[in-house]
Parts: sequence; C-alpha cells; structure tokens
Amino acid sequence: MDEKDKFIRNAAGREVLIEINREEHFPYKGVGKHIPEGNKAAPKINSCSQFPDSGDKRVESIKEALKRSGLCDGMTISTHHHLRNGDYVANMVFDAVAELGIKNVRWFPSASFPIHAPIIKHLESGVIHHIEGSMNGPLGDFASNGKMKGIGILRSHGGRYQAIQDGEVHIDIAVISAPAADPFGNANGVRGKAACGLLGFALADSQYADKTIIVTDNIEPFPCIPWQIQGNNVDHVVEVESIGDPEKIVSGTTKLTKSPDRLLIAELAVQFALEAGIVKDGFSFQAGAGGTSLAFTIFLGDIMRENNIKARFIRGGSTTYLTSMLEEGLTDYILDGQTFDLDGVRSMRDNPNHQNTSPFTSYNYHGKGNFASMLDVVVLGATEVDLNFNANVVTHSDGKLLHGIGGWQNCLFGKTVILPLPLFRNRIPVIVDKVTTITGPGELIDVIVTERGIAINPSRTDLIKKLSGSKLPLRTLEELKAEAEKICGGAPEKPQLMDKVIAAIKWVDGTVIDIVRQIKY
Amino acid sequence: MFPKEFSTGKKGENVRSDCWVRIKTGTGEGRKIYVESKVSTLFGQSIEKLIDDMLDFFNITDCELELNDQSAFPFVIMARIESVIRSVGLDKGKKYLPEFYGEIGDPMRERQRRSRLYLPGDQPKLFINAGIHEPDAIILDLEDSVSPDAKDSARLIVRNALRSVDFLGAERMVRINQLPLGLKDLEEIVPEKVDLILLPKIESPDQIKIVSEKIAEIKAAGNIKRDVFLMPIIESALGIIKAYEIASSSKDIVALAIGLEDYTADIGTKRTDEGNESFFARSMIVNAAKAVGIQAIDTVYSDVSNSEGLLASVVEAKSLGFNGKGCIHPRQIRVVHQGFSPGKDEIEKARIIVLAFEKAEKEGLGVVSLGSKMIDPPVVKRALQTIEQALNDSLIDQNWREENG
Repeated sequence: MDEKDKFIRNAAGREVLIEINREEHFPYKGVGKHIPEGNKAAPKINSCSQFPDSGDKRVESIKEALKRSGLCDGMTISTHHHLRNGDYVANMVFDAVAELGIKNVRWFPSASFPIHAPIIKHLESGVIHHIEGSMNGPLGDFASNGKMKGIGILRSHGGRYQAIQDGEVHIDIAVISAPAADPFGNANGVRGKAACGLLGFALADSQYADKTIIVTDNIEPFPCIPWQIQGNNVDHVVEVESIGDPEKIVSGTTKLTKSPDRLLIAELAVQFALEAGIVKDGFSFQAGAGGTSLAFTIFLGDIMRENNIKARFIRGGSTTYLTSMLEEGLTDYILDGQTFDLDGVRSMRDNPNHQNTSPFTSYNYHGKGNFASMLDVVVLGATEVDLNFNANVVTHSDGKLLHGIGGWQNCLFGKTVILPLPLFRNRIPVIVDKVTTITGPGELIDVIVTERGIAINPSRTDLIKKLSGSKLPLRTLEELKAEAEKICGGAPEKPQLMDKVIAAIKWVDGTVIDIVRQIKY
Repeated sequence: MFPKEFSTGKKGENVRSDCWVRIKTGTGEGRKIYVESKVSTLFGQSIEKLIDDMLDFFNITDCELELNDQSAFPFVIMARIESVIRSVGLDKGKKYLPEFYGEIGDPMRERQRRSRLYLPGDQPKLFINAGIHEPDAIILDLEDSVSPDAKDSARLIVRNALRSVDFLGAERMVRINQLPLGLKDLEEIVPEKVDLILLPKIESPDQIKIVSEKIAEIKAAGNIKRDVFLMPIIESALGIIKAYEIASSSKDIVALAIGLEDYTADIGTKRTDEGNESFFARSMIVNAAKAVGIQAIDTVYSDVSNSEGLLASVVEAKSLGFNGKGCIHPRQIRVVHQGFSPGKDEIEKARIIVLAFEKAEKEGLGVVSLGSKMIDPPVVKRALQTIEQALNDSLIDQNWREENG
C-alpha cells in the first residue's frame, strides 16, 4: 500500500494520516465540528455465577491473572499513571506478558514516564507493537527515532476517556494499580504506602475493559471505602510486595520555582487576570503543579487574600498550596484530577470538600457537558506558539516527541485560556511561524503572557477593551517574536525530519489534528 | 610554529547558555572545526558560519577548534572564541565585536540609583533577562564574582554584552578589578558605551586619578566624547577616613558606595543584623557624598530569601540618607524600590508643601509659607523630589494636585 494515499489535509491545514495501525480515523474538522453518532461501546455481560460468592477474587500473581483473563497476541492492555514516575506495575505487567510468550500487544497507558524505560526491550522484542498514550523521556526518544513498530497515538485525558467510551479503543485487559483495595476489587488511592490521592484515570478502563485486574500492595478487608474503582467491575485482584516508590509518586512537598523570570511571568498573568475582571467572588480556575502555573496559583492566592475574594471551586492538580487555600476558605471546593503531594492526598482523604474527579466528569468531550468549559480561567504551558495562537505541547522545536497532552487540550475550553511562557528557552524562541506539531487550535487560546510582553488573541475584543489603558506591557505576537529572534541570533533553522510517521495527535473529539515524524539522527 | 593549545568556558550537563572552546594551533593540518551543540538542529549552521567568519577575520588558517555549546547566545560564543584566539596570540590586536543591539542613550549624571543588580561577569545566562526586572542599574561584575582564571574570558563576555544585550533602560555599570588589573578591563569596557564604572576597594584619591587618566587616554584614542561616570566603593577603614577626599577627587564621580564585608573584616569585626559596627562608616559615606552633592549607595543585603529583612534594611538605609542599595537577586529589586518609595504621609506632606510653593511662585512671593510657618528652600526641594518619586512609582497620578489627601 502506498503510504501517500492515506494522507489528508485536515481543518488545521495539516497533512495527517487517517489510517493508523490499520484502523480508520477521522481528520480534524474544526472545534465542535465532528458530531459523533451511534451508541457508546458496551462492556460484556457477566454473571455472578462465574465469581466466588465470598467476594474474594485474589489470584497469586500478575501472570496468573493475565492468563485467566485470556491474554492473546495482539490484545490491548491498559494501565494508569497515578503512580507517575514511581510506578512499578506497568513494568511488572509487561515482564509477565513477555514470559507468557505473547506478542504484538498494544499498550494503552494514560501516560508513561521515564521509569518505564525497561518497556523499550519489550518494544524491541515485539512483545509490544506500539504505545497509545503519552511517551515521555526514553520512550519518547525511542519513538522519535522511528524504532517503534506501530504508530503511537497521543490523546488528552478527556480524549482517552472518549476513545474508550466511543469504542475507538477496546481494552481487552485493564491493569489497575491501587494503593488500597479489598479482595472484591473495590479500590482507591487515598491510603497505603503508595497513596496517590485518586484513581480517576483508571475509571474508564474499569468500566469498559473486558477484564479488569487490580494490583495492590495494601489489601484491606471488604469494604474498601471510598470505592472510586468498583469491585463489581473487577475480575481479579493481585497482591504484590510493592506497587511503586512513594518518593516518586507524590513529593513530600511541592516547591515553588526559584527562577525570577518565571515568577515574573506568573505575576504578570495574575495581574492580567485581575485587570480582566476574571478574579472575582465565585470564580473558578484550573491550577497546575508545573513551575509557572504553581507560581500563578500562589500569587493568585495572595491577590484573593488582599482583595477578600473567594473562589467557588479550583480544579487541580492539588498541592499543599491548594489545600491550604481550601482550609483557609479561599475556595469552597477543590475538584481534583490528580494529587501532587502528600498534603493533597491527606486533604482528599479527610476533607469532603476536596472532591476526586475523573476524565469523565472533567474532560470527556463526548458527554453531556464537562467541567473544563465552566472554568473562568485556565493557565497552561506550551513548547511553541505560532502567530495565530496555535500551540504545541507534544514536541520540541527540534521535532522530538517529548511530552504528553494530559488535560491540556481539554482545558482549552475554559472561558479564558492563558499561556504564561518564557519568550525563549535557553536559545530557542517559543513563538514561531508554524508550530512543529499543532496540539491546540489558536481560536481557543486567548492570551500569551511572556516576560517581555502580553499578547491578547485579536478575537478576544472584550479582553482587549478591558485592558485598554492598562499599564501591563500589551504587545502583538509578531513584536514578541521579532524581539526573541533578535536576542537568540535569528530565526531558528528548520529541523530535518524523515518521512516516517511515528505518532498521531488526537483532538478531544477523536479526530486527528496532526502527526509527528521521525527525526534525523 | 610550535603547537599551542588553550581552552576556556564551561561545559557539562548543568551549564546553561554558555559554551566551552578549545583551540590548538600549529597543527599543520589546516582548519579543523568540531562543534557539539545542544541546539545543533536549530542553530547548527549559523554556529558553524560564525566560527568560519571569526577565523577568517583573524586570518587563522591552521588550527583545531572545538566548541561544546550549551545553548550559548551568539555574543557569548564570540567572546569565548576570541578569548582562546588571544590566548594563543593570534588576535593581532584586533577585536571581533558584535553589532550594537540598537540606539543606546547617553549616560545621565542625575538619575535614580535605588537598585543596582549585580551580574557575575562569567555568567552570561543571567544577563539576558536582567532588564525585565526593571532595576535602576545593572552591574556587570569583573571583580569578586569572577575567579582569576576566568577573568580574561569574562572581560570579553562583558564587553560583548554591552553591545549585544538590551538592559531595557537600566543604567549600564561595570565593576572593574582592583588596579592594576582594572586598567586592562577599562581598555575593553570604556569604548562600549558603558555609563558608569564601579571602582572597588578605593582608599585614596590617587587611585581615582590613575583610573581617570586611563579613561581619558582611551577616550582620546578612540575619539570618544561620551561621559563615563564613576562610583568608588569604599571597603576599608582608611577609605572611610578619606571618604570626602575621594568623593571630591573627580567631577565624574556621581555616587559613593560602601562595601561592608571587607570593611568589617578590616576593622576586625563581623556584620550583625543591628549594624552598630558599621554605623560610623555608613554615616561617613553619606556625609562625604552629600557634602559633594552626589548620591550615597549602601551595601547589598545577602539573605535573598528574606524579603522582610531586606525591606527593613532598605528603610533603615533610607533613614540614614542613602539613595540606593545593591541587589544580588532580581527578586530584591522591587522590595528595594518599595523601601525607597515615599510613604503615604510623606507624599501628603510633600503635596501640601509643593502646592504652597507653586502658589507662592504664581503670586511672585519670595517666601513659601504654610499658615504662619515659613518653609525653607531645602524642604521645598525635597518635597518636589518626593512628588516626582511618587509619580515615577505610580503612587500618585498626574492629577495629584486635585486629590483630596
């Protein structure tokens, strides 16, 4: 088959593949343009007669659980990433898959981390055909160099839920690591030595997979409460010595960036939000734990305190800073998608106003609404932005695939989306003519805040009007780009890329918004 | 020619926006260039072209040149390469200068010098964004923050930075080394539109004279008309005793600064939070400066994480009569400005006095009075300065006369 035949120019102006790993996909059609039809995927019907009345579903090993789940060549196995860079379970699962002599598996993690570097040997030996999920660090390098057999697919957190729900990805076996679980399979993330807060990323897996395996190092007698993962969806429970390294799952404390430039950018973003009239009683915002967005949250907290302003809810990414805002009464609720430090875990366990969420409630685009679009202000990162405000989060300017999408695309639906970005990283300008990979359309991105000026999307005439007369350094993206290039020694050269497509980037509705090509060595 | 080999700069995982260069000459094998760059995909061609251009400029046909680049900005790569070319003695007295980034305004004798941000001369990564934090001045430091083996290279980095880096309106200061090494610094710095030169460890007017003569010589040679102002730093007991003589030794001196670390060591004590040990010295500096009509500049506050302590120390410095304070971190700048800003009461008092002054002028009266009280001219002058400062700091707007305090 001639690969060239399968490319199609999508509504973002990108030539994308629509047949990926022999499956058909839709090209991106524009924001809100792709309206799905039909019914959601349905999980198999089961019978209690096939499960022990005692409710004890324990089996002795991951290998045994995989065998009993009917693992075959070419199946799809999913994992979640709440244990982040401390996760032991995905590596254990694929070692077991390899021992069983299985080949060509699709690994469908909600994200992968550098700790998953050992998976590379399973990609090389053919145990895993390809990964659909973010590929960070060594796995990103491996894929960027064209070494993966199949084409990777990257989805947002909401897009992953959508893909499972719509039947675009059928999970044969879901493996869910759980810091606390009972023999029936009820599980949560708030207790145990590997406590990670919540298990929301694994919700769809437990609802739609043919078989679901819970792996835990902390078995509790029935009932394990709260049951964010319900035992009624679980086939097997496996006890292991340890599911992860607590030090790398959540940090003891979250530290604020020391970079004076980043702090300045965060202050400018907060000042912008204040002057735009966004920060007022009853408002809501998305809080991140990355350098600049954490600083944004902290400075926003200071402004709220000074002006006696209270938020209705904060969506996080919870950290000690967020929980102290909740405890101080600066917000009524935290709606939490993942906890980043021990205080976040404690607060979620003990404070009923610190609510766990899932990609279903917060992000799924093929549902009857979600929380992301209700957010008054969202601050997000990006590796590049073009002059039309289109942004890239998955690749670097040199073409390397380095980051997952996370909730980034989903949060673009917030009412005002601010990207606080350094104008250049080391010597590499952030504002470019054309982003290497388009991950989010510019029509959803409202403001770019840099250390040398703030650019408002011309479509946001309301914000431009509100900020007229402000002392903030308002400038155009063209001006900022020119300044960065002058400092960095001219516009960067174009990276040389190979023809081979190594990954596809999905939009929140399952359409293909862009592709990533192999880099030259 | 015997082979010669030199290297300079920094390499390794943790280096940012800098580079390491090695040159070997007399190999008899023509030009061999090895570049390893973190940004080779995006700037590889322009880096190789720069190296070729430089070797052409210095007419070097036979050398091995190795560059290990950790995303250095072009002006840094240029300085590091020129430095090794000088080390092997192939520069023939020529300078490879980057273009000026744009128009650079003339130095101003009277300007605010509340904050001056120290930038170690060997750490160019800190230069690029120094201006965005809006210090009144930046100091490119060639003295204490640069180790002896890095001085030659740092001198060229600082020289190139004066041409390449936009400090966004901050006064462009360089702290040179103690004499005689400082004279070598002057040769590179004076022609590059430097606004002010800080002179460390000054304890006699003779040192000022040597510097002034050297500057005059460089200016004459380059036909440079531009002013170069001086700020002596007094850091010893002898210097304190001679503060007035020093301050009055040149019309180019616009401020007098104190450095307390060396001073306290010199008098055999240690710095304390209360600062009793330095009260005399600091008052001497203020008095010497004010006697000559120049600014008095206080030492740095070294606990970067303690912004409350910094603010208290600025308020204290202001109360002693100081006009400025050194900063060793960008986050200190705003606190320093806040500390030197007039308070609400101060602004209101100044407003009433200035209004009375303007009224008296309008009515052609020689004397300004408030009620039955006569206001002395220096008080009026200070009130005018306070209003100007408050306007600068956005504490009042252009309609301040109408405001009802």
